[in-house]
Amino acid sequence: MATLDEYKPPPLPAPFTNTNPPPILLTQGAEAHLYKTTSLNPSTPAALKIRPTKPYRHPILDRRLTRSRIVQEARCLVKLVKEGVSVPAVLALDCEGQGGEEASWGGAWLLMEWIEGPVVRVVLEQWEAWMKAQIHLEETVRISEEDRVRGLMRRMGETIGALHKAGVVHGDLTTSNLMLQPFEGESEANDSVSMEGKIILIDFGLASQSAQDEDRAVDLYVMERAIGSTHPRTEPLFDSLLQGYRESYKGAVSALKRLEDVRLRGRKRSMLG
Amino acid sequence: MAQLETLALPHLPSSLPVHVALYCDVQNSAFLKQQLLEGNADFEYALVDASMVLTRAHATAAIFRAVNDYMNGRLMSRNVHSEIVFSLSPANNIADSFRKFGIADATKDLLVVRVSVSPEITHESVAAHLATAIQGTSVPFDDETLSEVSDITKIKKAYKLGALPSPSSKTECNGTADNDAKRRLELSLVGAIALRGS
Repeated sequence: MATLDEYKPPPLPAPFTNTNPPPILLTQGAEAHLYKTTSLNPSTPAALKIRPTKPYRHPILDRRLTRSRIVQEARCLVKLVKEGVSVPAVLALDCEGQGGEEASWGGAWLLMEWIEGPVVRVVLEQWEAWMKAQIHLEETVRISEEDRVRGLMRRMGETIGALHKAGVVHGDLTTSNLMLQPFEGESEANDSVSMEGKIILIDFGLASQSAQDEDRAVDLYVMERAIGSTHPRTEPLFDSLLQGYRESYKGAVSALKRLEDVRLRGRKRSMLG
Repeated sequence: MAQLETLALPHLPSSLPVHVALYCDVQNSAFLKQQLLEGNADFEYALVDASMVLTRAHATAAIFRAVNDYMNGRLMSRNVHSEIVFSLSPANNIADSFRKFGIADATKDLLVVRVSVSPEITHESVAAHLATAIQGTSVPFDDETLSEVSDITKIKKAYKLGALPSPSSKTECNGTADNDAKRRLELSLVGAIALRGS
């Protein structure tokens, strides 16, 4: 494990070298690093997504790809905030990078609203673990527990429906990219895991603007497969998500019809390349 | 005495503090605008029509963008102060942004911003100059005061956000629906500022 601790993330791009206290690295993926820092108001937190430069790529290509991807993500988010879909708002963006041409640009960054709460993946994992731990589970309890998860799934479906209604597809819908933001104030008293809160969509790194049934159906299909592979006890309740989705906007029915085709063939329509 | 607030915006170097003051009932707007047009260096301020500013977060988003572009040598306009006015605009037309967001002869409510781009510019020097230069009532730069002067209809038009629900203007902004509408509008403005030109 020692080698993991020694990992040093790439240096922060300007202006975040000035930030005091410095941003805290939360996670990193292949394309981006996610930090927690403050917004322009020092008392509210914010999420900072940095797409560092990739030294193995040709500098001009690197700049162009990084720039277009971060702009695409920011455009989708701004559009969704305008439409009232629950996503983190864009607070600031730098897609041009620092310094002049080519020379050591630190990469592009996107400052977003901070969303409090667990991701849905953790909520479902905890719930499944809790269910498993109950040795004698009365039938009525099991039904009421499943109803709570059905309620959560339905709200997830409604949120995805609102996203699609606004003309955006997410491109990577999994339970890790949905957050459950708890309501302010008191929560329900329950032995099990809380399902209360507002569903917020995050990580629009692969999102694009599209109103095609095919793209929408693929979004749902990816979600279905993600739940099937990570939350086996939740999988039978997936129809509640589709139910919530169906009722959320007018074009939902045709997207769901297309989902049946996608299930038969997989998410790649064209098998070329 | 002027209520000049000096902001240390997170992420910006401490060597670049930003001085901000809000005025009501300004009497000499035409004179101030003339100083900008003449390029009088003593009046190098961002002079913003405060009716076009919704909240503090709206103003700081534009200030942050302008100062960040200034530090990276990417100014589109003459200096960081004109860039603050330009940054408020969601469009790429500089002259148009001055017309919509900048001071006009008839401006009554005025937001004044000065960035300490050189060491001589300090809280004291800016406060002393503003006290003689601006004939108006100094008021606190906060959301409550801004909500009394901002013109939501004009702001929504400038940002082409007509479809959004309008929060009721003026001070009584208490209902949750009203708060949500204002927050959504504010975040849409901030997003538009961040996205301009990309």
